[in-house]
Amino acid sequence: MTDTVIPTATTARPRRLSFEWLGVAPFILFAVMFLILPTLYLVGAAFVGRDGQLTLDNIAGLFTEQILAAYWISIRISGASAILGALAGLAIALAIIRGRLPDGLRSAVMTFSGVASNFAGVPLAFAFISTLGRLGLVTIILKTVFDIDIYRAGFNILSFWGLTLTYLYFQIPLMILMIAPAIDGLKREWSEASQTLGATPLQFWLYVGFPILWPSFLGTLSLLFANAFGAIATAYALTGSSLNIVPILLYAQIRGDALQNPGLGAALALGMIIITAAANILYLVISARAERWMR
Amino acid sequence: MSDQHFLRVDNLSKSYGANQVVKGVSFGFDKGEFISLLGPSGCGKTTILRMIAGFETPNGGAIHVDGKDITGLRPNERKLGMVFQAYALFPNLTVGDNIAFGLKVAGVPREQRRARVDEMLKLIGLPGYDKRYPYEMSGGQQQRVALARAIAPRPRLLLLDEPLSALDAKIRVSLREQIRAIQRELGITTVFVTHDQEEALSISDRVVVMNAGNIEQLGTPHDIYNRPATRFAATFVGHLNALPHATFGADRAIRPELISLSPRPDTDTTLVGTVSDIGFMGSVLRLKVDVEGTPLSIDTFNANAAPPQRGDQVTLHLAARDVLVLGAA
Amino acid sequence: MKADKFWSWLVFGLGAAYFLVPLIATFEFSLKMRRGYYSFDAYASVFADPDFQATFLYSSLVGLLAIVVGVLVVVPAVYFVRLRLPHLRPLMEFITLLPLIIPAIVLVYGYIRLYNSSSVIPFTGSALGTDILLTCAYVTLALPYMYRAVDTGMRAIDIKTLTEAAQIMGADTPRIIATVILPNILVAVLSGAFLTFAIVIGEFTITSLLNRPGFGPYLQIVGANRAYEPSALAILSFIITWGAMGMIQLLARFAPRTSARTD
Repeated sequence: MTDTVIPTATTARPRRLSFEWLGVAPFILFAVMFLILPTLYLVGAAFVGRDGQLTLDNIAGLFTEQILAAYWISIRISGASAILGALAGLAIALAIIRGRLPDGLRSAVMTFSGVASNFAGVPLAFAFISTLGRLGLVTIILKTVFDIDIYRAGFNILSFWGLTLTYLYFQIPLMILMIAPAIDGLKREWSEASQTLGATPLQFWLYVGFPILWPSFLGTLSLLFANAFGAIATAYALTGSSLNIVPILLYAQIRGDALQNPGLGAALALGMIIITAAANILYLVISARAERWMR
Repeated sequence: MSDQHFLRVDNLSKSYGANQVVKGVSFGFDKGEFISLLGPSGCGKTTILRMIAGFETPNGGAIHVDGKDITGLRPNERKLGMVFQAYALFPNLTVGDNIAFGLKVAGVPREQRRARVDEMLKLIGLPGYDKRYPYEMSGGQQQRVALARAIAPRPRLLLLDEPLSALDAKIRVSLREQIRAIQRELGITTVFVTHDQEEALSISDRVVVMNAGNIEQLGTPHDIYNRPATRFAATFVGHLNALPHATFGADRAIRPELISLSPRPDTDTTLVGTVSDIGFMGSVLRLKVDVEGTPLSIDTFNANAAPPQRGDQVTLHLAARDVLVLGAA
Repeated sequence: MKADKFWSWLVFGLGAAYFLVPLIATFEFSLKMRRGYYSFDAYASVFADPDFQATFLYSSLVGLLAIVVGVLVVVPAVYFVRLRLPHLRPLMEFITLLPLIIPAIVLVYGYIRLYNSSSVIPFTGSALGTDILLTCAYVTLALPYMYRAVDTGMRAIDIKTLTEAAQIMGADTPRIIATVILPNILVAVLSGAFLTFAIVIGEFTITSLLNRPGFGPYLQIVGANRAYEPSALAILSFIITWGAMGMIQLLARFAPRTSARTD
């Protein structure tokens, strides 16, 4: 933007500049105070020992069996719910946008997705306990009508699969919301051109459709991963502190210094940041390669 | 309709709900012809093209190519090439992969694909561009690649859906000439949809003038322009002057370039009028002359002499055989 | 083509089952408080609970405050970045993405350590200070959504032309934002507001760790101690979320479209 509007640019300029920065300053200040400083503070604290000296002990402290197990199960749950959620969300989005279903269905699904993607946390846990808990409706119907006892078969709502199944309730809608614009961006002419060139629908998706969706898909996938990795309310309401995932471990640490070492708590948080950031950096690297055909 | 026609459309119709957009259209064309479907938007020309391509299912009628009924075939079974208005190149594939796409899905080996891509790039005048992505090219270049992609698998029929509409005026003319040259070289039967009469007249062997789902006239560009069959064909193609009722009778009209300011050997009618406006269009001078209250446009070639001025009185010379009688239809 | 449609319906049907069954099951469970037949006793019990009223009111108030602060922080920033400081745009995009990458529990941990009672800004030293911190935390959580809503709204109207037109008529910048820009992006701002409300009304992690009497921690406590009320609360939460989203849908119909979208 150059100043072509006001002829008296020399006198108007300083005033206008101050307005611009006055408008942006609260935002920057806010970001620094409530996003950047707290994060940096924790990153720093992870390298400070109880005596105030710089140390790597806290980081080394992460490599105990309990903490590594917590990271591992967190990564597995987040990964499984992100991948399954992304695939299911993609399938549903394709069905409602390009599957020749009635028009009204699309807006209904999009609205519902807006609701369900925000229906996370404690109430979601209640809903799944009512559904698949020991006394849940589906559990009981399966037992009395179909004579299948899922709990005796090894299922538990408080387990890996139980939590993954619950997380899918907000992961799938999030995927639908995020991938829909990308699917809309697939031009009808691309599919028509590929048809006149003799390609089957499968060949179109293989060579054109999915490659074009791939960066958006990956980007959303990494977001879903971070989304599940940091989620605690659902898991906490569902399992109390019985499930050993990183956010619950950190929660216990903040509440009552469960690890009896504030530095270790900061290291735990640092680990979470590194993992969610790594997921996003991985996405950026892959999509930069995949998007070399884009402007 | 003779059976030897390479492309034959019989009594084709299409409705969307109560709205009938194509009303029982029939025509036939020979192998190697360049055909234009010309008409205003909404006349059904694009719908006919899309029915030939297989994207729309006709409500009635049949389409034959090379003696075979293709009406029920899927688009990917028809062996046609199509070029779209907005290029529709696959953005994730290079120019080379775009051109090779039809060959790849048909299972042509890589070496043959490469050779064909090089051949096509030479044909469209873009040799060495195979590694580029579509976004790195201008609109005109992209449309040439789209043309190459459409003809690379050697289709039986080439369909062009307003391929020049998205381009600048200058590129439009040069690309249109290039398309025609390539079409002649390959001898490929081509159907070209356009709303631009100049485009249709300059490029085609024969033109189908359409209006409101019907064919108004089918003929060579020369016929269409000089012997319009209907009032619509006469008014849609080229400029037309309605002549004064008093002198000529009702529904008589003439092209602006067939009125002269000086006597011609075949002149048999003269009119006197006053110059009301002068438009200088480079090679052509367009005068507006008021004759007995009827405004007439007159095109004369630019000459290095002083043109008439506004308010000048001029004598107009014209020949009765150039006067068109506009039918009721 | 028939096969296409079959698969679409199958996928849609499976999805619908997955999403509807838990709602039905929860609703059914919430009606079973009285032994032997269905009743709304669980709902009556929830509404009669003074803690329910108090925590819901508290979270609503903090949520509303967060909406106001969020609008004040985001709207001028988006406006000036779009209009005059486009080079800051990547930075804005990055900052607004951060709350999606940094887990809320990490943020609140940082707040507690950074703004404790012995720090320069002792937010957590008093109840009022903690309420302010909680409000800001909610604004942070909703930042990505508020930013995108406002940004989309400003893209839909041509703010450059509107601003220049207003400048020619002699308006100064604060007046332009208040009387020209804000009314035109009101729908977008309200969408962001409802989204913010939906996100923060039942927020658990930060509210609980800052020890504030919010609706989220209340839900968790009820869940740990009662049998049927949690189901009733889940249904109520779903209805509240639905209400907020429904308002956004409704508002979208009134969104101004004064210029052609370029994307």
